[in-house]
Amino acid sequence: MRFAFSDEQDQLRRALRRALDDAGGVAAARRAMASEVGHDAALWRVLGRDLGLAGLLAPEALGGAGLGWVEVVAVMEELGAVVAAVPFFATVALAGAALQVAADDAQRRALWPTLARGDATATVAYLAPGADPGADVVGAAARAVDGGHLLSGTLRAVVDGATADLVLVAATDAAGDVALYAVAGDAAGLTRRRVSTMDQTRALAELTLDDVRVAATARLAAGGRDVVARVLDLARIALAAEQLGGAQRCLDLAVDYAKVRHQFGRPIGSFQAVQHACADMFVAVESARSAAYHAGWAADQDLPALAEVAAATSAFCGDAFFRVAGDTIQVHGGIGFTWEHDAHLYFKRARASRALLGAPASQRERVAHHLGLGVEATATAMATAPGT
Amino acid sequence: MDLRFSADDEAFRAEVRGWLDTQLAGEFRHLRGQGGPGHEHEHLDGRRAWERVLGAAGWIGLGWPRAAGGQGASLLRQVIFHEEYARARGPGRLGHIGEHLLGPTVAAFGTDAQRARVLPPIARGEALWCQGYSEPGAGSDLAGVQTRAELVGRQWRITGQKIWTSHAHIADACFVLCRTDPASSRHQGLSYLLVPMRQAGVTVRPIQQLTGTSEFCEVFFDDARTDADQVVGEIGGGWRVAMATLTFERGASTLGQQIGFAAELDAIIAAARARGADRDAVIRQRLADAWIGLQVMRWNALRMLAHGERGELPREALMTKLSWATWHRTLGELAMDVLGPDAEVTDGAPYQLTTLQQTFLFSRADTIYAGSNEIQKNIIATRALGLPRGA
Repeated sequence: MRFAFSDEQDQLRRALRRALDDAGGVAAARRAMASEVGHDAALWRVLGRDLGLAGLLAPEALGGAGLGWVEVVAVMEELGAVVAAVPFFATVALAGAALQVAADDAQRRALWPTLARGDATATVAYLAPGADPGADVVGAAARAVDGGHLLSGTLRAVVDGATADLVLVAATDAAGDVALYAVAGDAAGLTRRRVSTMDQTRALAELTLDDVRVAATARLAAGGRDVVARVLDLARIALAAEQLGGAQRCLDLAVDYAKVRHQFGRPIGSFQAVQHACADMFVAVESARSAAYHAGWAADQDLPALAEVAAATSAFCGDAFFRVAGDTIQVHGGIGFTWEHDAHLYFKRARASRALLGAPASQRERVAHHLGLGVEATATAMATAPGT
Repeated sequence: MDLRFSADDEAFRAEVRGWLDTQLAGEFRHLRGQGGPGHEHEHLDGRRAWERVLGAAGWIGLGWPRAAGGQGASLLRQVIFHEEYARARGPGRLGHIGEHLLGPTVAAFGTDAQRARVLPPIARGEALWCQGYSEPGAGSDLAGVQTRAELVGRQWRITGQKIWTSHAHIADACFVLCRTDPASSRHQGLSYLLVPMRQAGVTVRPIQQLTGTSEFCEVFFDDARTDADQVVGEIGGGWRVAMATLTFERGASTLGQQIGFAAELDAIIAAARARGADRDAVIRQRLADAWIGLQVMRWNALRMLAHGERGELPREALMTKLSWATWHRTLGELAMDVLGPDAEVTDGAPYQLTTLQQTFLFSRADTIYAGSNEIQKNIIATRALGLPRGA
């Protein structure tokens, strides 16, 4: 039994950390916040091409590294530690998951190499107006026409949606089946608008599709009925790792500050009220770490219980990061309330992240459903005996 | 990253499971699910006999070093045994204090003569031990121990009071933290004595808890005796030995404990469905949260154990007690809310609590004993996070 990263995975983490430090750490995210596109394109060239992160999940035959979700988890944790504003999550976790589980071989060969080289970015658009991001996906509307499909509808909260070269659009067809459709970022009939957001470290866009025409081969539906749900679950696991990285950095900031900030002639970290707050943060962070690492492993094992694992991990890490980030402001006191201090970047990222793919409450509702709660009595309850 | 047990370990698991299934089918069938925290008063005679069966089969002292008469089993094998024991609903262990606390302590700090005298009866399931640490004036602050021991001739004479001593009324002997230097204070001048319980100078009084039952006792030492060579470690060096005792529990029982927790949660979920309490979205959220919390504790435990296999437990292991105690106490509250008005109705007079009532009430002790939540947080803050000690 091994519940830790391999030497190669640790090397990847160290190289990534060094590259992020060289770029200025959180300062890079602050620069990206103020930019037009909302992410750091120069940093992404370094990470995506030079470090090979763009091709992390892509098979080697398609120019990728052929690695898995444990590596995605490791990368997301490092990116989260500095609230990095790069299109890794959208391109590799979201779109990568879609290509991994929803695309057939021909579609992979057509779409993946460009992304894996870092020559293009991608994202997944799935959230219809008024929909719960944690509930079953409806997406846009798809209509089969001669030789292809017409897509119409509005999709919200699309990560890096205004800049992505490839958008994988979730849409429901006349038969009620949900699939992903590959749409070029500059497709006719597609309007993209970047939304001004409270968390400025992750660019979101609203996409409007007005009879966007795609070829028949653009429909990604190789993984069966629940394929979009599975894509989102994989993305939730990646996001949970990012939340872990942010939470750990918040705890470090809070503890370091509590050791040096003096009041009443003592470091505030010697006061039990502050100590216990930090201890609670520690428990949240280390538990989130176990959850996120385990989930990465579970994703690579393709366990049948992945949906429950993803829901539980997403709910837990979403809550943990938000609480830890809030407590970090509290431990810092006045300085934590300033724009200059980094605490608010984490706090806002934590707030946005916990809602991005379905709030913890909606993930808990999924878990409850799995446990046979709130469903008809004929449904069989899942045994709660913990499995791996 | 590989969170699976090896094929060898799984074979060991099958062996344990087969043995337990056979043994708990016949004479000891009625002991399944009896005893354990909150139920320690149940079936004492049968459980004593059961300890001997465990001992005869070689299951006691699995993790002890071979030189001390144990099997030198890996931490994971110990975990597997605990898991299977819990899954088979084996009776609450009476011998665990001797096996898991005193045994490793004597193996590490005792003389050859002490090892030869103390360990084999524990391994045979014959000797039952209790732990004499807490006192009325020394709870969270254990260094405040006042029980005195004085060497007169070839015997120690012990006077003082211990409290919250599990199994004192059935134990054969007690390891007692005593002040052997009357001029000392705090951590100095303490010694770790092995004291027979069946003697005129020892009086045991069970404490009636808020559950109505008694598993903890008060122990009064009034000129009690033990031989001069019954001190483990150095005279005056008892603090170090006493603290080491507490570190020998390396989490082997954690996963087994979680199987018991899962059974409790199952019962609460079944009650919620049967009563329609799950139509309430808040109850659903709380039940889901409990399930998630249990999964996270399992993932935590696997992570600690995988690390512990390679030596010392990581600093994250410091959160184990705080996590499970808090989770279990919250589960007890949830159980009562699921039952609604019926939560009040007991199984009968005078005070026959239902299982869920027992969980609810006994779990108030979880966050107090073996280091209260507040002490656990102090430990995390200072040892794991390096925050300065409070004034």
